[in-house]
Amino acid sequence: MNIYGIAVLALAYLLGQWMGEFLGSIIGIDANVGGVGFAMMILMLLKEWLVKNSLMSMEMEAGIDFWNKLYIPVVIAMAASLNVKSAVSSGTLAIAAGAIPVVVCLLTFPLIIKKFNPETDGNSHQHH
Amino acid sequence: MEILISIIDKNGLIFGFLVIGLITLFSDLFSKKILNSRIPGSAIAIFLGLVLGYLGGFFSGGEKGLADLQLFKGIGFLGGAMFRDFAIVATAMGASFYLVKRAGMLGMISLLLGIFLFFFIGVLLAYIWGYRDAASLCTIGAGACTYIVGPVTGAAVGASSDVIALSIAAGVVKTIVVTIFTPIAAKKIGLHSPESAMAYGGLMGTSSGVAAGLAATDPKLVPYGAVTATFYTGVGCLLCPSFFFLLLSLFFPN
Repeated sequence: MNIYGIAVLALAYLLGQWMGEFLGSIIGIDANVGGVGFAMMILMLLKEWLVKNSLMSMEMEAGIDFWNKLYIPVVIAMAASLNVKSAVSSGTLAIAAGAIPVVVCLLTFPLIIKKFNPETDGNSHQHH
Repeated sequence: MEILISIIDKNGLIFGFLVIGLITLFSDLFSKKILNSRIPGSAIAIFLGLVLGYLGGFFSGGEKGLADLQLFKGIGFLGGAMFRDFAIVATAMGASFYLVKRAGMLGMISLLLGIFLFFFIGVLLAYIWGYRDAASLCTIGAGACTYIVGPVTGAAVGASSDVIALSIAAGVVKTIVVTIFTPIAAKKIGLHSPESAMAYGGLMGTSSGVAAGLAATDPKLVPYGAVTATFYTGVGCLLCPSFFFLLLSLFFPN
């Protein structure tokens, strides 16, 4: 049943959000700290456990995969509902402060990869 | 016509599915027929979304782009935080723990380095633009991190509301720039493996920008980028109003 997969996803999502809010309140900021990240970890753990115990059916996987595939459409909708106009018209400093660090980081990125993960180029492709 | 409009009004989310479907169809055809698939259809669709967001803000004067027009309010719901986070979590289905563990150290280093670089370049630019007080400098630097870290920091250090608005604008510009440049730069900077995607997510931070950019680059990389990027805003909210603000206060005492 597809709904079992969606329910597993919903469980992981809600637990993750809860942990994120909890962590936020511990460190004293009114924000969700890493909720999505926790939820992703929980989903991966649940998936591993379900597969190990042969509880994961094709249909269940399809229920989660449906939402996985909806990701890009959701992002398109998100892009269309951002405050793009004010970002563009809010003056040159907003544009400079938004764009220049990105360019610097794009230039820095290859150096970090080389320095801290020398095996990236050779090994990672084997896992695809 | 009136009946049709009232049906759309009552079924906003469903109408949103139709609109996004049409945008995707148009972008795919444009990518294949006119650009020979040199730029992926999804990248064009996301860019088109941004253009529509601009037009929406232009016509409505509101803050939520196209979603401020009554007819398109369902798009705001579809692209809102709930569906966005739910769909991001679902992408973890294709990720493997083994790779996440392997990139752990690299992810951590890029996370801290990313926040540090974005914050201090933002502060430097604010300084060049004439700001001299620690609260404003700190808030604009935080806005350069993400459009959430900016206002959280601004509220904490007592920055003025126009500086907070500026910091949000900087964060939104960052999201847009990352979205557009990720697929363009991916090949040149070696962004092609799960490990590099995790480092990229940590360095760039903005989870919507990183995820959208990676989606347009290679959808398989999205969960790896998102898993580090999701901690960026949290760590930023932690460091900017505390440690970074104290540091700035030493150089710019009131």
